[in-house]
Amino acid sequence: MIVRRPVLYLTLITAALFIYLPLRTNNVLLREDLILVSVSVILASNLNLMIGYTGYVNFGHIVFYGLGGYVGLYLATVWHWPLIVAALGAGVVVSLFALLLGLGILRLRGAYFALATIGILQAVQSFVANFDPWGRSTGMYLSFEVYEPLGGAMRALWITYYLVIGVMALSLILSLGIKISKFGLGLFAIREDEDAAVVLGVNTTVYKAIIYSVSAFLPAVAGTFMYYKNGMIDPSIAFEFIASLEGIVMLMLGGKGTVVGAALGGGLYEKLRSYLLTSPRLSNFHLVIAGGLLLLVILFAPGGLIGWLYSLVPRARKVIE
Amino acid sequence: MTALLEGRGICKRFGGLLAVSDVSFTLNEGEILGLIGPNGAGKTTLFNVVNGVYRSDGGTFAFAGQDITGWPPNKLVHLGMARTHQIVKPLNEMTALDNVTVGACFGRDYLRLRAAHGVAMQVLEQVHMADRANILAKHLTIAGKKRLEIARALAAKPKLLLLDEVLAGLNPTEVAKMLELIRAIRDQGVSIIMIEHLMHAVMNVSDRIMVLNFGLKIAEGKPEEVVRDPAVIEAYLGSADIADKLREVQ
Ligand SMILES: Nc1ncnc2c1ncn2[C@@H]1O[C@H](COP(=O)(O)OP(=O)(O)OP(=O)(O)O)[C@@H](O)[C@H]1O
Ligand SMILES: [Mg+2]
Repeated sequence: MIVRRPVLYLTLITAALFIYLPLRTNNVLLREDLILVSVSVILASNLNLMIGYTGYVNFGHIVFYGLGGYVGLYLATVWHWPLIVAALGAGVVVSLFALLLGLGILRLRGAYFALATIGILQAVQSFVANFDPWGRSTGMYLSFEVYEPLGGAMRALWITYYLVIGVMALSLILSLGIKISKFGLGLFAIREDEDAAVVLGVNTTVYKAIIYSVSAFLPAVAGTFMYYKNGMIDPSIAFEFIASLEGIVMLMLGGKGTVVGAALGGGLYEKLRSYLLTSPRLSNFHLVIAGGLLLLVILFAPGGLIGWLYSLVPRARKVIE
Repeated sequence: MTALLEGRGICKRFGGLLAVSDVSFTLNEGEILGLIGPNGAGKTTLFNVVNGVYRSDGGTFAFAGQDITGWPPNKLVHLGMARTHQIVKPLNEMTALDNVTVGACFGRDYLRLRAAHGVAMQVLEQVHMADRANILAKHLTIAGKKRLEIARALAAKPKLLLLDEVLAGLNPTEVAKMLELIRAIRDQGVSIIMIEHLMHAVMNVSDRIMVLNFGLKIAEGKPEEVVRDPAVIEAYLGSADIADKLREVQ
């Protein structure tokens, strides 16, 4: 039962703090900080469903976020759907896309699957860069009137912020819900030994396709909100390979396979990155540092921060899921 | 007696190698069928074809009166066919209990998680592993991992259990315990096919024995008949002496 899980309350308290803190002092800088942290948590925890739960390394996870941005912006600005409906629509479209794709590429295992996901990212990027309705390589730019239904651009920034916090909370609750379900148990069996899982009765083809599709939904929704807030999207930003890699670094840092680990890794990495990017001397090195960090984690703490915690306090496993 | 599993003309090829060649057999309900033969005879391959891990290159299977030719393993589990692996496949980073819960969740009854936990606990008790329920599967001994294989299969509530060398690598005490367990499982009404190299053990528990050599079925019958069969002595047992001793053991 999910209501008995401490992580659920941890999630709700965190989301409440994220909403309250910037609002109390009308602190726009803090808000911009926290929205980036939230997006990282969203991406890392949904990526965790594939890498941490199912054992399939997706190098192209950012494609869901970028496509979600495109589909959502298109629905909101060209078809004039209300923002939330457009975001949900983007989530559905991108999830269906992932489902079809998954049924094809999830036959591949290990490195072959990972390579295929890189191929998909590149293919989608090239397609969008040549797709007229989405502005080809120039992308799409929103005019200020777009924000009128939300009461103007200033208010739209706050509203999208709350929406993204909501998506973050949903992502963590989804991760927790799957982790303690029969579906989750089937995924873990696939991660540990896919051949054994089939022999034990798990319909691995269907399970893998579903989780791949599920892992696309909330990132796509978040993508709509974020690109709507930013007022523009283009293929080089939306489908940046580096962003996909950073998602993997976050997950490894925090501890793959755990709800809290994905969140912690997402948050910490984002803080580190913004610190490095704004520091005059280190800004060119943030990827070097990310790479070094990944190496250190894999070598010395393959379970990430949470795995390290488990090894110190084995009973933590039951509480910090 | 009614047939639970019937294979007709089963073939399996790996490139130029005929690993299973035109094998036909019947398993009756409530029966223990021993499957023996030299290394590389095709015993494990036959299991893999029966439970759908490999597609056969010819032949048909019927299980409980239903044609199951070409069915995947996960569908066969729902129908009541479970197996163990010669090379154990524990779900390493999961506890013994979770391993067995997977078996119960996705087995014949397709239980919900909570009910599956209950069944898994019962099965762990049945195989005397209740005290190791919360140990990660990777930390079990080899005997423990073999028991875990059986427990996972049993949790699926099978009608047919395929056991692939569950005695290999166990010490004599463990072998005796395992044989006791296998009989207890049969007494619950589960039919069993067991691959085994320990001759006295197979002779002891099997109702009938089938012998494979180079993919071909070379003999089938009651244990005491099979060990006397010249073809079996030549291909597998080595000398009539051994055959005699085995009969004495029995
Ligand atoms: N996946 C495979 N690809 C190619 N050849 C295989 C494969 N699996 C088995 N073989 C070959 O098929 C033959 C039968 O192997 P199998 O494992 O069925 O023998 P076995 O009777 O179980 O032997 P053992 O007693 O050693 O377990 C062997 O020659 C083996 O090398
Ligand atoms: Mg074998």
